[in-house]
Amino acid sequence: MSALRPRFRTTNVRRRKEVTAAYLFLAPGFLLFALVILYPIARAFQISLYNWSLVPGQASRFLGLHNYNRAIHDPIFWRALENTGFYMAVTVPGQIILGLAAAVLLDAWLPGRGLFRTLFYIPVVTSWVVVSLLFQYLFITDGGLINWIIHDNLHVVGHNIDWLGSRWTAMLALSILGIWKGVGWAMVIFLAALQGVPVELKEAAAVDGAKAWARFRAVSLSAIRPVIAFVTVMLVIGSFNVFISVFLMTQGGPLDETQVILTYMYRWAFSYLDFGYGSALSFILTLIVFVFAVGQLRLFRRPSEARS
Amino acid sequence: MVVGSRRRTRLVLGGRLTVLSFGAVVMMLPFVYMLATSFKPNALVLEIPPQFFPHHPTTTNYTDAWTSNQFGHYFFNSLWVAVVTTVAAVLLSAMMAYALARFRFPGRTVAFGLILIGLMVPGMMMLIPQFLLAKKLLLLNSLWGLVVFYTGGNLALNTFLLRSFFQDLPHELDEAMVVDGGGPWTRFWRLVLPLSRPALAVVAIFTFLASWDEFTWALTIINDPSKYTLPIGIALFQGQHSTSWGLVFAASAIAIGPVIAIFAVFQRQFVSGIATGAVKA
Repeated sequence: MSALRPRFRTTNVRRRKEVTAAYLFLAPGFLLFALVILYPIARAFQISLYNWSLVPGQASRFLGLHNYNRAIHDPIFWRALENTGFYMAVTVPGQIILGLAAAVLLDAWLPGRGLFRTLFYIPVVTSWVVVSLLFQYLFITDGGLINWIIHDNLHVVGHNIDWLGSRWTAMLALSILGIWKGVGWAMVIFLAALQGVPVELKEAAAVDGAKAWARFRAVSLSAIRPVIAFVTVMLVIGSFNVFISVFLMTQGGPLDETQVILTYMYRWAFSYLDFGYGSALSFILTLIVFVFAVGQLRLFRRPSEARS
Repeated sequence: MVVGSRRRTRLVLGGRLTVLSFGAVVMMLPFVYMLATSFKPNALVLEIPPQFFPHHPTTTNYTDAWTSNQFGHYFFNSLWVAVVTTVAAVLLSAMMAYALARFRFPGRTVAFGLILIGLMVPGMMMLIPQFLLAKKLLLLNSLWGLVVFYTGGNLALNTFLLRSFFQDLPHELDEAMVVDGGGPWTRFWRLVLPLSRPALAVVAIFTFLASWDEFTWALTIINDPSKYTLPIGIALFQGQHSTSWGLVFAASAIAIGPVIAIFAVFQRQFVSGIATGAVKA
């Protein structure tokens, strides 16, 4: 017993040293993280309750939920919400379907496989600023590449379309950019998931004589279902956060026709310096994103999981 | 039978190649056209029919962008910010991940939970309070304001990725070093970091690219043109001269060149990093 004592004490000392070391390792990063991320998160809701004053010395006025009430009665806010919804409804299925198709085509070996993957992925790593300006240029009415292809070459339309000049064509152009930029990301994740499906499973279904589509649905699609759920949730969150492309390509115009929630928030906060209303708008966005994410995770759960 | 199936296989392969090639053309056409435009004199940028290979290519746009329009200056601002951010964010998040992955201490679960919250809340929601904070810290209109907030903003994801990698390192190695008298700091530098080079490369690349491309925060806090980074330099330049597309795309090509080079070199780590993040989450 007495022989064990000193040993017990040394482990205790060692343990305390280890705990101290852990805190020392954690502290520098965590303090910075708390300061520039956690504190602002906590602050965001508080600011939305005020008529926030930027003038030093002048007090901000507490308004309660007034800024939220204002949003509910603001027709442009609702339009921004609709536009954001449209962008989501087009870009999320677009990226999933095309990304999945590309992944399926690349799943088995073929010549140039790595090259295809690289080419599809390049838009993902390119900055939003560059691709937004690039698409603005491609969608120019007279002299733009898109109108040249569909009007001068394919004759699908009888005249050059003023893409960015009206609401829905502009939203469509923005959505096309969104799909083009994001498809490679979805592809890479689907591809990784498909590669994880055991070859024996795929082959067994082929021997059974199942038709390609039925085989794909029964084996691969059901195996990567959780990954599809993950990609969907991430894309929905991403689509609600659409900002740079709209900000640069249409500035929310003409006449606020193409505002999305974040461009509208940015306008109120940094053009009109109404931080209270801007914060309320971004807080509403966060709530919507949260509800959607949770709802989708529920929806995607397998029936067996849902029951438990 | 066998011949038939072989023919079918070849047909399927041909079909896959055709569809994928069409897709690749659609994905690359905008870039090809962008490069073509960057070599055209300004009078020809909206010419119909468009020239994918300019008849009279000129490098004027590149020399103009680099010299008279200060894009060279913006390039070095971007580079400085991205390098400092990457070093700081990788070091700090590796230390945090090490503490979370290899030690047991009171508050560990809470700390990790808070990091997950930081990972999920959309960045734009914090924009206004972060702006007020930067103002109070006198970080408006300064490149340090970019570094501090980019570093903080990259910590959550980096820590999350590194933590799962550190957890998978064999504990026997740790114990062997403890027996040899190695303290936590020695184990971190001599054991964990050297063994985690691939994971560190992934987070370093992610951080570098995220800071290199960042637009919104820089636009919000930087007013002084001498402190512009490339993304704001390009965007504001296009806003002021809406027709100088050749110049805009020359600057854009300068900006995305390093990104595509980094991606091409580290492609494998890149893809595995993204897939790991997805599978773990």
